[in-house]
Amino acid sequence: MSSNAATGEITYIRAVNEGLRWALREYPKALILGEDVALPNGPFGATRGLHGEFGDRVIDTPITESAFVGAAIGAAMRGYRPIVEIMFMDFTQVAMDQLVNQLPNIHYVSNGGFRVPLTIRTQQGRTPGSCAQHSQSLEAIFAHVPGIRVGLPSTPQDAYDMLRSAIASDDPAMIIESRALYASRGPVELDRPVDPIGGARLRRPGEDVTIVSWSRMVGEAEAAAQRLEAEGISAAVIDLRWVSPVDHDTIAESLERTGRLVIAHEANRTAGFGAELAAWATEERFWDLDGPVARVGAPDIRMPAAVTLQEALLPTAESIAETVRATLNAAPA
Amino acid sequence: MQNGRKMDAPSLPETYRSILTIRRFEEHLLALHQEGLIQGSMHLCNGQEAIPVGACRELRADDALTATYRGHGWAIARGLPLPDLFAELMGRASPLCGGRGGSAYLCGAQYGFLGENSIVGAGVPIAVGAALAARRDGAGAVSLVSIGDGALNQGTVGEALNFAAVLALPFVVVVENNIYSEMTPIKEMVAIDPLAQRASGFGIPSVTVDGNDAAVVQAAVAEAVARARGGGGPTLVEAMTERLVGHYTGDAQQYRPAGEVEEAKTREPLTRLRAAAGQELGAELAAIDKEVEATIEGAVQEAMRYPRPDPAGASLGVYVE
Repeated sequence: MSSNAATGEITYIRAVNEGLRWALREYPKALILGEDVALPNGPFGATRGLHGEFGDRVIDTPITESAFVGAAIGAAMRGYRPIVEIMFMDFTQVAMDQLVNQLPNIHYVSNGGFRVPLTIRTQQGRTPGSCAQHSQSLEAIFAHVPGIRVGLPSTPQDAYDMLRSAIASDDPAMIIESRALYASRGPVELDRPVDPIGGARLRRPGEDVTIVSWSRMVGEAEAAAQRLEAEGISAAVIDLRWVSPVDHDTIAESLERTGRLVIAHEANRTAGFGAELAAWATEERFWDLDGPVARVGAPDIRMPAAVTLQEALLPTAESIAETVRATLNAAPA
Repeated sequence: MQNGRKMDAPSLPETYRSILTIRRFEEHLLALHQEGLIQGSMHLCNGQEAIPVGACRELRADDALTATYRGHGWAIARGLPLPDLFAELMGRASPLCGGRGGSAYLCGAQYGFLGENSIVGAGVPIAVGAALAARRDGAGAVSLVSIGDGALNQGTVGEALNFAAVLALPFVVVVENNIYSEMTPIKEMVAIDPLAQRASGFGIPSVTVDGNDAAVVQAAVAEAVARARGGGGPTLVEAMTERLVGHYTGDAQQYRPAGEVEEAKTREPLTRLRAAAGQELGAELAAIDKEVEATIEGAVQEAMRYPRPDPAGASLGVYVE
């Protein structure tokens, strides 16, 4: 965990760890709370070494998502800057009252009397063999709730940068990491300035179709774009990064060129965040569209544990590419 | 509010004034509701006023207070201005929440009042967080939360009590046991009596006291607050009381046995204080009756001077940034 990794390649989870270390150094009132985050160094290693370096500012909590999210809210209302780890996205559902009825209301209802600079870190998605209660992609639930910002980093640099943006913000924010990407490596610049929350990123320019994706599916979308390129189809890939707030401008800019929109996410299709983007495109950018908007997502089925069954359900580079081909071939009957 | 716990107990007339102020506030709300000046249901605390009055006397300005939707009495005992409270409940641009909180979810950041809560029990983990902050600040502040008897059945309350106990936080829970879990007798909803026993399962000391006597409540809370300030961890104080009104303003109370409320009126805090005052202080209490009435009426008039919130502001302030 030396700090001379300023320009080296590190893993996604190490980038999270560096972001947390930065926060504890930068903000004397920053605290970390969660299950197994202190002495055990975090179930995935996100908090490795932090209890040793920062002592009781890193707090092991009982297995009580409702209590430790609530406690983090109360501490934030009294001037602290807590960072909470919820081990799996699925476990947020245990704390939904605190996350939906409490946290996002406080600044608004107090008419600005209270600020709640609280960051929730969690991770989601399927990995081989993960059970139905450790596999869900639920970002749309929180994107639906006004008062909490929601970001899903897809690279080690973003795992570092977006976490710092969330922590630096005086608003509640949720960073949803991808467990499947934890071991992925990439260059991470640790001395970058802290960005404000928000902003999508054009990962690959293109002329024929715009693929919007986030989290783990960005890699699948890029792989799809490479396959399509070999077939003479030029696909732009946008990493949405934040589902709240949404950077519509970056999508609109690409859509003006391509006229075609495909949205790809690992979450179930119905009422997934892709539906929101599709609605936006038809409401706001209808005249830029040359054909129907298409969505790629998991079917509306629970997630089985057996890998052969999981793979039958998950969207892939090939299913994205196939959707793009179908979109480009779509014509009025 | 007072600093420290060695202050003399306030005189009977002072206590009478504090309790009567809350009672008249609640009664005026009902009248304003009937006149259409307040909309939406309210949860009034008539009969339970001695609990916030006694408890808040032990709180310092830097302590945190969290209450429930039956929280008007706590807000008043904490020192939130009456005109601001009336204005907030009347949907006006009050300095508290600008009309965004209303009866059941108001707060007062500048008064260390983290607010009411309209989800039963949900304020307890938040109050535990305020206790965590107080402990880290190291200035001896505490966090006090009030809940009802029914809230002890919420899982989140048990989770929060355990969390406070295991970290030995400066935390005080006051359970206002008004014998009804919303509209169902609490004795049908729990298998233990007294309720305070439940604290022992978390390693939290507890006491059950007469909640209709402000001095008794104050003494119990004083002990709990002293333990918390001294690093001794949380305490649960169960204060027995009776609600003289419905669970909410539209509650016909058909579930209450005939004569129950009438009987409760013979032992509610104001009746008791009047009896204790006797002839010696009777005239003083009568004078206080008039003064409080004038204070409340003046506060209503002052509240009416706050404008309605600007509708253009409804979309502002969801985020800081």
